[in-house]
Amino acid sequence: MISGILGKKVGMTQIFVDDRCIPVTVIQAGPCKVLQTKTEEKDGYNAIQLGFEDKREKVSTKSEIGHAKKAESAPQRFVKEIAWDGKDENEAKPGTVVTVGALSNFKFLDIVGTTKGKGFQGVVKRHGFSGGKGSHGQSSQMRRPGSIGQSAHPARVFKGMRMAGQMGNSQCTQRNVRIVKIDEENGLISVRGAVPGHNGSFLLLKRSLTDR
Amino acid sequence: MHVLDGYSKEFLTEREMNFCIGDTVDVVVRITEGEKERKQTFSGTVIATKGSGLNLMFTVRRIVQGEGVERVFPLHSPKIDQIAVKRRGLVRRAKLYYLRDRVGKAVRVKEKIWSKDKEKKRAAKKS
Repeated sequence: MISGILGKKVGMTQIFVDDRCIPVTVIQAGPCKVLQTKTEEKDGYNAIQLGFEDKREKVSTKSEIGHAKKAESAPQRFVKEIAWDGKDENEAKPGTVVTVGALSNFKFLDIVGTTKGKGFQGVVKRHGFSGGKGSHGQSSQMRRPGSIGQSAHPARVFKGMRMAGQMGNSQCTQRNVRIVKIDEENGLISVRGAVPGHNGSFLLLKRSLTDR
Repeated sequence: MHVLDGYSKEFLTEREMNFCIGDTVDVVVRITEGEKERKQTFSGTVIATKGSGLNLMFTVRRIVQGEGVERVFPLHSPKIDQIAVKRRGLVRRAKLYYLRDRVGKAVRVKEKIWSKDKEKKRAAKKS
C-alpha cells in the first residue's frame, strides 16, 4: 500500500459541509511517478521514491536525467521518498503513476512543507517574548530580549538560548490534518484548515501517524 | 479559470445577488433546534458586501429596540432559505458604515424609484 503522495498547494477557500462553513486548503496532489523502489534485501528498508511535475532537460543535471530515465520518465521537479509496506510490487514498479486516489482510504494526513520565510526577525516576533515596558522611564528597551544569562557562574551563554535570527523558510510538518474531499477527476484534495507554505509550494502528503 | 474557482463551483447555490447596497431585505434563515426546524426572518438594510464567488458575504443592519444589530450572511449559505427585497435604496456609496453613527430618523435610506420605462428595461435585462 502506498501511504502518501506529493502535491502543490493551490490555495485556501471555505466550503459548506452539513450546513456549516469550514475553511479548507485545496491541494493539487499528483499525478506522481514512481522513480525508484527500495527493498529490504537491497536497501535495508522498503520505500518508494516519488517524483512530481516534469522538468525540462535543459534545466536538469545529467544525474537527474539518468535517474529518471530508469523509470522511463522526464526529470522531476520535486522528488521525495515515502513509506511502503513492500507487499504489492505492481503498484511500486518504477514508472507507475500514483494518483490522488491512493489516499482515498485515509482520514488524516501529516503534511510536510516549507513555511513562508519571514526573514531575520527579533525575539518578540520569533519567540513570542513580551519585550520591555512601554513607559516608566524605559529607553530603547521596547523589543529587546533582556538578560541572556548570569555572571561569573557559568560565565557563558547556554546553548539554545533563544535569540533573533532567520524565521520561517524551514521545513514544518502539520500533523493530523483531516481530509475533507478527494476529487480524483481533477487530482485535487481538500483538507481542513491551513498547511505550511505559500500557494504553489510543494507538499508531501502522507498518512497520519495517528490514522491507524 | 483558476483551479479554486472551478473547485468552489459545485458548492455555489443557484442564488444570485438580487439586491443592492441600501436595499431593505428580508433574509429568511432556517434554524434547527434539536430535531425541529423553523424559519426566522431577519429584515434590515444591506450596508455592505464583501468577497466574491463562494466567499461573498453581505451585512444586514437593523435597529432592534433602539439598539443597532448587524448580521453577516454568506450569500451561498445553505442555511438561507430566501432573500426578498422589500424596498430599493438610493445610495451613493458601496459601504454604508455611516449609518452606524446615526440614530432615529437619520437611519432611513432614501427610496429608489424608477420611471416606468426604466422599470421595463430592467425587467427586460433580467430575462
